[in-house]
Amino acid sequence: MPEELTERILRVIATSKRIPLEQVTITSEFQQLNIDSMDAVEILFALENEFDINIPDEEVREVRTVRQMVDGVAKLVAAKSAARPVNSADAAASQ
Amino acid sequence: MRRVVITGMGTISALGRDVSQFAASVCQGRSGIGPIESADCSGLRFKNGAEVRAYCHQPYFEDRHADFLDRFAQFAVIAAREAVAGAAVEWTPELRESAAIITGSCVGGQSTEDIGFHEVYKLGHNRVHPLTIPKTMANAGASHISMEFGITGPSFTISTACSSAAHAIGQAFWMIRSGVTDLAITGGSEAPFSFGILKAWEAMRVVSPDTCRPFSRDRRGMILGEGAAMFVLEPLEAARARGAPVHAEVVGFGMSADAGHITQPSSEGAARAMRAALKDACLAPEQIGYINAHGTATPANDISETAAIHGVFGRHTARMPVSSTKSMHGHALGAAAALECLAAVLALRDGLLPPTANFTEYDPDCDLDVIPNCARRAEIEYALSNSFAFGGLNAVLALRKI
Repeated sequence: MPEELTERILRVIATSKRIPLEQVTITSEFQQLNIDSMDAVEILFALENEFDINIPDEEVREVRTVRQMVDGVAKLVAAKSAARPVNSADAAASQ
Repeated sequence: MRRVVITGMGTISALGRDVSQFAASVCQGRSGIGPIESADCSGLRFKNGAEVRAYCHQPYFEDRHADFLDRFAQFAVIAAREAVAGAAVEWTPELRESAAIITGSCVGGQSTEDIGFHEVYKLGHNRVHPLTIPKTMANAGASHISMEFGITGPSFTISTACSSAAHAIGQAFWMIRSGVTDLAITGGSEAPFSFGILKAWEAMRVVSPDTCRPFSRDRRGMILGEGAAMFVLEPLEAARARGAPVHAEVVGFGMSADAGHITQPSSEGAARAMRAALKDACLAPEQIGYINAHGTATPANDISETAAIHGVFGRHTARMPVSSTKSMHGHALGAAAALECLAAVLALRDGLLPPTANFTEYDPDCDLDVIPNCARRAEIEYALSNSFAFGGLNAVLALRKI
């Protein structure tokens, strides 16, 4: 897991929930951080903006910990960057 | 205190353009949910809704008249016309002056507002249509009903999200019971199928990607709906005196606030609203034969509502059918409680309890008799209609067969 990605996610969670960054760790559970369902939806919104990704509803239904959230975002970010070279090749070809 | 009865009913929704079509759909367990046609859903995570299919303002309104009414206000007037015609109201100058109009709506004409904001924000135009404000205001439904019938008495709109119409009907009931007015037109209307509104619902992550399965283990959220239901309420004696049709009696109304969370429901708040309705109607829990549930099919609501029902009804719960007709007409927000009150009135009047449609799998966390998929013959005397809004504002109506 790239450390930078984890750091960014922890920061998004802390900023969105308005809690000190030190409180949010990779091993935190949402319940410990007092993150309820509406907080979680807001964090997903912030993560979508931060990484320019779309997080499907099915992917988040069982997410209860920061680690699960990091894993899920990492997967979507990887899928996005895997798709990108093809897009830029298309763009180059059409220019 | 005077007894209050429903002498007129009107509706338009995904289940049909009038009460008889609504009744036929509900008793067949036929869902009005399908692909959304009135808004572009290509950029949305959900595709289905419960719309009034192929709706056009004609033949209901002349073109120039329709220019002044957002779709939600048109629905309000269409339903009110059917209700007033069915009640065969005998208008006198005195009655027009004292009659009340109390409507519920959550988003009002936000679809009109959405178009106007698209003009200035996206298209960069310098102006929005001058009717944007009068079409958007949530009280437009009540205003147009007043103009339609020349009613000049107390008229207003209540906006309590998904409980709006229940608060409206309850208020109208209390005003007639206490003698403030001798006739009220009341209910709710909504038309939320506009791209901006749909994106806002998408962001909440509470809308189902397929259909609405209340109380079913595999439920995946709500399905938005639209439409209106309106009622004519009158004192029982006045209705009898002029030989008006009487569909049911309104016997109780209860309200509460969760004072908890802006979106998460509280079973205690819901239970207090049900208890308040029972108390207002002077009923014991064991007298209730059916509940039309709030039943949104979100994971949170259905568990919380089940707990609330157990809390109020105890062992009687096992003998009391509870269904959610949102499985058929969708969640019509500010109109939801009016459509559900209509379903409950029909259940009492016709002796046929509406089912919870789309039900597939029993959920032990929702251990209620939910009348899965098929309507059930049952002569019952009393029913409740539950509404528990976002914001924790709850309203419950108690109805009696007459």
